[in-house]
Amino acid sequence: MSSDFTPTEMMTIAAARALTNDDVCFVGIGAPSAACNVARLTHAPDITLIYESGTVGTKPDVLPLSIGDGELCDTALFTVPVPEMFRYWLQGGRITTGFLGGAQIDRFANLNTTVVGSYDKPKVRLPGGGGAPEIASNCGRIFITMALSKRGFVDKLPFITSMGHGEGGDHRERLGLKTAGPTQVITDLCILEPDPQTKELTVTSIHRGVSREQIVENCGWPIKFADNVAETPVPTETELTVLRDINARTKKAHSSEGKEAA
Amino acid sequence: MAKITSLAEAITENVKDGDTISMEGFTHLIPYAAAHEIIRQGKKDLFLIRMTPDLIYDQLIGVGAARGMKFSWGGNPGVGSLHRFRDAVENQWPRPLEIEEHSHAAMANAYEAGAANLPFATFRGYIGADLPKVNPNIRSVTCPFTGEVLAAVPAIRPDVTIIHALKADRKGNVLLEGIVGVQKEAVLAAKRSIVTVEEIVDDLNPPSPNSVVLPTWTITAVCEVPGGAFPAYAHGYYPRSNAFYIAWDEIARDRDTFRAWIEENVMKATPADFAKHAKKPGKVA
Repeated sequence: MSSDFTPTEMMTIAAARALTNDDVCFVGIGAPSAACNVARLTHAPDITLIYESGTVGTKPDVLPLSIGDGELCDTALFTVPVPEMFRYWLQGGRITTGFLGGAQIDRFANLNTTVVGSYDKPKVRLPGGGGAPEIASNCGRIFITMALSKRGFVDKLPFITSMGHGEGGDHRERLGLKTAGPTQVITDLCILEPDPQTKELTVTSIHRGVSREQIVENCGWPIKFADNVAETPVPTETELTVLRDINARTKKAHSSEGKEAA
Repeated sequence: MAKITSLAEAITENVKDGDTISMEGFTHLIPYAAAHEIIRQGKKDLFLIRMTPDLIYDQLIGVGAARGMKFSWGGNPGVGSLHRFRDAVENQWPRPLEIEEHSHAAMANAYEAGAANLPFATFRGYIGADLPKVNPNIRSVTCPFTGEVLAAVPAIRPDVTIIHALKADRKGNVLLEGIVGVQKEAVLAAKRSIVTVEEIVDDLNPPSPNSVVLPTWTITAVCEVPGGAFPAYAHGYYPRSNAFYIAWDEIARDRDTFRAWIEENVMKATPADFAKHAKKPGKVA
């Protein structure tokens, strides 16, 4: 057990723990990518990681900056064309778990990565959905990892890029979806899970040293707590070492080459 | 049969003002040198198509060459925003940009439909999402067998597709391998196509099991441009310069810094000026 870790490290490690050896996981870039690779390098060595560039069963030594770094292809079991990735593998229902992040999320785990403000005259134009709209509906279940903040956890999304539980309740079933949708939202302060009936995100586990007030203050809607809230187990020495090593390797790899052309 | 020619001549002959143009490459093999030649030749009113617009379209948008863009993810992967794209959408600078936005699945399927000479693509998509409310080109069809309602998007049929590949032989047959993206579909969907390659060789073999070969009779022009994908990468030739992508954030954030960079590195430069960076991975400061 370690006592010295940052909230972001706790978030990444808690997210990694959500994954199992049997998962076939569609990995989003950024925080999800760190979590998925920490899982692979600790308790889930046989997990299958898939990136939308077409790499299947990849085992990168450093975290990719993009979803198509050469590292991903060089270490993959195989690599397929992008149309095949979306048709046979994702839409074909062969992926158990999608791991997403986003700029904004609402209480039903719908995500926005498209615009802040109106679509035609946006205040902030974000990158857009990429693979997320279909990852959210076609993977068996979805994990989401995002830092808890009022800017990110909002009462009403200006735009739904990818659907979580829609308006809550049985909304997914009414739209004909047979997949589970978001089952965990892992933040730097706590873990949220949808209420079994209403599907509203509810705090089920709090990271050590975090107060309920901190969570309430950092969420843009009146956040609910489950009847039995657990304390998230702190990172082990092994988990922290693996995460810090991969971050250090990644930083080194991304910092030097080809910089003079800029 | 592909015409083996210089990059400047291929762009002059095949890219016209107002064209709908696709420059693909899913992180790997992005045709940077060709985009820079388009900027140097002052092409205008282009409608750009690309799944992941990336720096290459940030540059074309920033110089005012684009009237519109069809895309599914417009960011600098792992770094943040495309600032020239954002400036065009948020502030109409240097000119307004018409956007047609999709998801990756839609774009990949639409390229495939274009390559297959079909009018549209259908897939299970956009369920519960807002994009269909703002993009009239996202519609639906009902399956005649099961009654399921599926998403439908028009096929992509560019006037010209430009890609970068690893090798061509002297007849103009082209090979790429590694992450092969949507390049084959984008070429087969287009009226005309330009392929820049790392090298022209006597013989393409032996190809690896996932290699893509585009035969010479599907391509309009082939140009030898070593380093033509830098700062993206070319499998087996040079790595992706992640440092360049990180550095681009600062360059593109400010209009004047961006313009100075274009003047110095594109207008006053040649493809060889970029190639020199690609040739010595890991050895520069």
